[in-house]
Amino acid sequence: MIKFQNITKVYPQNIIAINNVSFDIKEKEFVCIVGRSGAGKTTLLKLLLAIEQPTRGKIFFEGKDISKINSRNLPKFRRKIGAIFQDYKLLPSKTVYENIAYVMELMGRSDREIARETLQILEIVELENRSHNFPNQLSGGEQQRAAIARAIAHRPQLILADEPTGNLDPYHTQDIIRLLKKIHKLGTTVILATHHGEIIDSLKERVVTLEQGEIIRDEEKGRFII
Amino acid sequence: MFTSLKRIFHFGWINFSRNPGPNLAVIFVLVIVISLVTSLYLFQRPAKFLIEAIQKKVDVSVYFKENSSEEEIFKISQQISKIPEVKSTEYISKAEALEKFTERHKEDPVLMESLEELGINPFLASLSIKALDTSSYEGIISFLEKEEFKPLVEKIDYYQKKSVLQKLLFINYQVNKFGIIFSIFLAAIAILVGFSQIQLSLYNSKQEIGTMRLVGASNFFIRGPFIVQGIIIGIFAALITALIFGGALFLLNPKIESFVPGLNLLGFFTGHIFVILLIQIITGVSIGVLASSIAIRKYLKV
Repeated sequence: MIKFQNITKVYPQNIIAINNVSFDIKEKEFVCIVGRSGAGKTTLLKLLLAIEQPTRGKIFFEGKDISKINSRNLPKFRRKIGAIFQDYKLLPSKTVYENIAYVMELMGRSDREIARETLQILEIVELENRSHNFPNQLSGGEQQRAAIARAIAHRPQLILADEPTGNLDPYHTQDIIRLLKKIHKLGTTVILATHHGEIIDSLKERVVTLEQGEIIRDEEKGRFII
Repeated sequence: MFTSLKRIFHFGWINFSRNPGPNLAVIFVLVIVISLVTSLYLFQRPAKFLIEAIQKKVDVSVYFKENSSEEEIFKISQQISKIPEVKSTEYISKAEALEKFTERHKEDPVLMESLEELGINPFLASLSIKALDTSSYEGIISFLEKEEFKPLVEKIDYYQKKSVLQKLLFINYQVNKFGIIFSIFLAAIAILVGFSQIQLSLYNSKQEIGTMRLVGASNFFIRGPFIVQGIIIGIFAALITALIFGGALFLLNPKIESFVPGLNLLGFFTGHIFVILLIQIITGVSIGVLASSIAIRKYLKV
């Protein structure tokens, strides 16, 4: 489904974030990308979302080179991916319901379909009672659940979760991981970038370990070893 | 497409109604801008009114010699009336001239006594000529200075008025020229102020726009609601300005009329309300839309 081919990303002042990285991700796979802060996890996800362009190498999504997607088609490509961020990135002037419905509205789905899907998702993330609240009226855990709800609502092929539990307490962390496992079980490919060892060990999924921009380990049912 | 447009309008209305603080600030600035533009349109009226009032009072008098008969004068009057630039001619006989003088100066005993002592009517019969436009007087005068009229015409009371007329024409020209330059200057300042206020209020949306791009919103879907918001702000600002002007003119009109009799600004305002509203809405909406589009463009590069 996804192919990173000799990817290198160099930022100004010769800062090498990713150095000649190659690996594949199969459809319906759950892949954890681990590493210390600055190892290149977030850069890798930014490259996959086409927020950044690689300095060298190519990234293929369903056989298509991401760097060749023009700005006109970029929104359509991004709708194939549901992104979850550490800082939630919810739209502050929209309610929880509107945040979740937003991507479906962009896709031109009917109001009835959007209402049905949104209510279902709200139930899955247990935010039915918070649907009319604004993001600043929610706790950190609730905001992250709302962000996950938005990411999965339009049923994307891939979920990218960048440190989704970074700002959460252990109780809410388990909550979020349970949700991601549920989404994966429903048949969605999940890429989880984190430096949370306990989570990785409990998941027993594929683990790609990065260090200074290079892959030092890639194991099926891997563990968190840095 | 219809669904997308409906959603864009809905998002635009949400943007507007959920951010009352920044939107009110923008509306306030736009009200000032639109007020300026409205004033420039509205105050053409008193300027025109004053010039027209002065122009109405300007005429040229042709005085005829004692021996000129009324028939001869009427003949000239008919010929003058045929000149397209002439608005009207009025014949004032010797007797009428004396009557007018006596009426005007009846309170002045010195003048009245002198007139009595004189024993005759010293006034000449005359034609008072009014032109459609002040610039036409030169042509009318040259017509009256023809050889055939010389035996009948005593004098033409134009050269004394010539300098006044030229000054009037000059002032009229200067007022128009200065008015246009001043209007452009004020409008430019006003538009810049409106622009910066809108851009400032959209600065807070920078992160939100970035997020919209990340979740797959197209430029059309991001820009659309902000443009709709600009339109709503523009319309609100225009309506508020119209209400302010209507109210102010309603209260001030009697005072304006007592100061400049015949100048009915409220009547002009209500008579041209659709044009004025159109100018106000076009000003408000175009500033709102242009400033939003330019500000958003900067943030669409994620």
